[in-house]
Amino acid sequence: MLKKLFVDFKNGLWRENPIIVLVIGMCPTLAVTNTVENGLAMGIATSFVLLSSEIVISTFKNYIPNNVRIPSFILIIATFVTFTDYFLKAFFPDIAASLSLFIPLIVVNCLILGRQEAFASKNPTHRAIADALGMGLGFTWVLVLLSAVRELLGMGSIFGIEILGSWYQPMVIMVLPAGAFISLGILVGLMNYLKRRGN
Amino acid sequence: MVEEFRVVLLVFLSTVLVNNFILVKFLGICPFLGVSKQVETAFSMGLATTFVMTLTAAATWLINTYILVAFNLPFLRYVSFIIVIASLVQFVEMFIRKSSPVLYKALGIFLPLITTNCAILGLALLIPLNGYNFITSVVFGLGAGIGFTLAIVLMAGLREKLEFGDVPEVLKGVPITLILAGLMAMAFMGFSGLISI
Repeated sequence: MLKKLFVDFKNGLWRENPIIVLVIGMCPTLAVTNTVENGLAMGIATSFVLLSSEIVISTFKNYIPNNVRIPSFILIIATFVTFTDYFLKAFFPDIAASLSLFIPLIVVNCLILGRQEAFASKNPTHRAIADALGMGLGFTWVLVLLSAVRELLGMGSIFGIEILGSWYQPMVIMVLPAGAFISLGILVGLMNYLKRRGN
Repeated sequence: MVEEFRVVLLVFLSTVLVNNFILVKFLGICPFLGVSKQVETAFSMGLATTFVMTLTAAATWLINTYILVAFNLPFLRYVSFIIVIASLVQFVEMFIRKSSPVLYKALGIFLPLITTNCAILGLALLIPLNGYNFITSVVFGLGAGIGFTLAIVLMAGLREKLEFGDVPEVLKGVPITLILAGLMAMAFMGFSGLISI
């Protein structure tokens, strides 16, 4: 029983990682990873919405008519996103300001809707919780890794603390849009390489 | 009147080139990576998205101004916008199927997928943030759609050429596409000094 839950949890971390394997949820991945703080906040916000909507949907799946399930899922997700947005605005106004548009856009993150359709609408609640935690964590660690690389190379700091000394000439391109595309491309290529060596 | 026209024109040009939705704002990356294998399908996708974007800009401006702001219901913004977009896409699909079966066939599966394109919801949410009036909003929607089409068609052209390129095995598929997009984003940075409002 516990072992099965652990398999569900582990799934999202590596084998079916939403970003590097399934390549979904790209917009926030690219847009908010200019600093580690933003990347971490986005990861936590997305994981929270994923977890709460998976709990609700897996619990009430038998009451949701099959024909209107997608609109119902989107409505449930949108409710939790509104909640998250107001929470961040009230308690972490700085983070809410720097993530701005990308908090409401969690509604259309394919990762969240995809997990409801593929997992939560077919499995019991406890398995859905394990899946949401795994997927959320898998999404968050890639965001944090990517934003750490970009912040370190682009500004010479991590979490706003200067790591590389004054000798380092920051590569500003890394925190601009072009750097986001290129560093994610290299990261996915690197993961492909590691996976092939693993096999 | 002349002044108003100038502002509208500037909004249009800056959305197409300077603040391109895909390459600068990171909105609509999923279709950009998913539907950019062939120029022809990319162009159809761009057209359908432009159409929905223009309609969405008009519809959400009206709803935001006359319902959400008028009755002080800002917390319903996300829920109501996503419903409007989903039903608009459904409506456009039904309309095109009735009026032009040829176009309907050409667009095929791409039409329903537009609902989950984050560029559309992003557009709807940007309009109240920017405080545009009705005409400017519609032009903003049109410009965003044309910018989207431009980026996705250019990308499809590059990827068609790439078919014959000698790409390292581990970079094939998504990684090389992302790196290409990065180079395109760099090229679009050249427009950044073009317009300042």
